[in-house]
This record gives sequence, structure tokens and C-alpha cells, in this order.
Amino acid sequence: MFRHGVKAGIAIAIGYAPVALTFGLLAKSTGLSIIETTLMSIIVFAGAAQYISLNLISLGTGAFEIIFTTFILNIRHFLMSASLNEKVEHDALWKKALYAFGITDETFSVAAMKEGTVSASYMFGLIFISYSSWVVNSAIGHVVGAYLPENVQLSLSVALYAMFVGLLVPAIKTEQKALWLAISSGLINCILLLWLHVPKGWAIVISTILSAIFVQWAMERRKETTYAQ
Amino acid sequence: MRSNIFFIILGMGIVTYIPRMLPLTVFHRIDLPPFWRGVLRNVPYATLGALIIPGMFLIQDDLWFGMLGFFSAVVVSWLGANVMIVVFVCVLVLTVYTML
Repeated sequence: MFRHGVKAGIAIAIGYAPVALTFGLLAKSTGLSIIETTLMSIIVFAGAAQYISLNLISLGTGAFEIIFTTFILNIRHFLMSASLNEKVEHDALWKKALYAFGITDETFSVAAMKEGTVSASYMFGLIFISYSSWVVNSAIGHVVGAYLPENVQLSLSVALYAMFVGLLVPAIKTEQKALWLAISSGLINCILLLWLHVPKGWAIVISTILSAIFVQWAMERRKETTYAQ
Repeated sequence: MRSNIFFIILGMGIVTYIPRMLPLTVFHRIDLPPFWRGVLRNVPYATLGALIIPGMFLIQDDLWFGMLGFFSAVVVSWLGANVMIVVFVCVLVLTVYTML
């Protein structure tokens, strides 16, 4: 099962590579040492938060504000962890506490779209390869810089999005509900981000909750009216 | 290493870990009403929707870049390709597009 997790995580590992290489390069130009850069990837393991922290560090922002911003941005993982909890097998608590560390947008999406239940060893495999790619490539980025040709770098930036689409489409083919959930959540997210200028972490949380509740409510209502007839 | 940076990293790590860990450890075996269980099952699809839209279309100022990536990913995965192939084709198509 560990092996299955590793295999499922290869797409994440590839998608993380350019993001982590760029993080390493930016961290260097922000003035972080290679130890600080690598340590941040080892301890935090959250792409968007790490990028923003570099920006804030370079602006001379205080520690509390940086940590608070990180918290706001990553609170969405609470929702993902709660959802994943409905799908995971009953493993020892320490194992669940351990793999909980590796829940990111990407590892969550892959685990949640897997057929059947999810075991701790699957999660360890999935996270092992994703986390390794993240940490190692952050360090490499600091040493050699992201000197990939610019057009390759640019097209690689689509990799994680392509993975999300690749996870979603098979679900839509088998269950129409998935389509309504994705579209409604995406539209709410557009309104929140582009119009109301809600911070990204919160926008994902709010659009996910609203769309998940609304679609559930609409479905149960439809079921009731069908039964009533 | 500067202690200031070290404490920032440590603090970031703690506030990132707590929301990831709490539901998996504290919520285990809490019996939710069926409605909320259904809502939690909906979360992955809704999350994917919010992760893709609008982010994928805004990777670059050129809207066509994201559109082309999106549609090639949709077509390839609709044809039944696994995620690795989808990623590979999508990157390839956009590499060609940026070279044109």
C-alpha cells in the first residue's frame, strides 16, 4: 500500500519540483541561508504560505504577523483534514497525527479521489514522495537557482493545475454531482477573490463550504420531492 | 542561523500543523448527522473546483495560456488518460504554445 501511495504521488512530486526550485531561488534572493530555506520546507511544507512569508520577511514584517498570515492561509487544511477523516481507515492515532503533517492541497486531492478507503501506509507513501520532492528541490533551488529555460518554467507552472483537472474529470464522468460542486465552488471563489478581494486561503474555505452545503441541500430536497410524488 | 528567522519558521510550522492534525485526531469516531457527513463527502470536489477556478486561468496575463492548458487537460483526462499523462500532455502543449 505504501507503494501505491508513492505511485500516486509521482505527479505531485513532479508538479512540486518547479515550485520548490523557484522557492529556493527566491529564498536565496530574500537573504535566507540554505539551512534556513531547507528548514522552512522541512518544518512548514506549505507552498503558498512559504512564498508569502519570503515577501513579508523581505519587507521586515514582524514574526507575529508572518505567523498569523500563515495560519489564515492554511486554515483551509482543517476542512480537508475533516473531509479526509471520513475516508481514512481506523489506524493508530499516532500514525494519523503523523501523516496529518503532510496534508496539502495536492496530497489531499489525490487521497480524496482515490477509490475506496485510505490507509496510513498509503498516506505515508503519498506524502513521502511529495515531501521529498518539496524539501530536496527547495535546497537545490537555493544552490543552483531555477535556471530552467523561461518557457519551460512557465509551462511547468501549469502542472499542478493539470493534475487537479486530471483528478476531477474522472469523478465528473461517474457522478454528475461532482460537476455541480466544482462549478459552483469555482464561481463563488471567483466572486470572493476578484470582486470582494477576500484573501486566497479564506476564499477557498468559504467557497468550498458554501458549495458543499448548497449542493447537499439541493440533492436532499430533490430526493424528498421524488419520494413525495 | 538567526534566532529570529528560526522562531518565524517554527511558528509557521506549528500554526500549519494544528489545522491539519486536529480533525484527524480529535474528530475520530464522532457520529455526524447524515447531512453533514454528506457535506464532508462533497468537500473534495468543491475544493478542486476552487483550486482550479480561477487560478488556472490567471497563471499568466495571457488568458489563452490558462485556457489552452485547461482544455487540453480536460480533453486528455476525458479520454481516460491517467493523471501523469494529463500533466505531461498539458505541459507539452503549453511549451509548444510559448515557443510559437
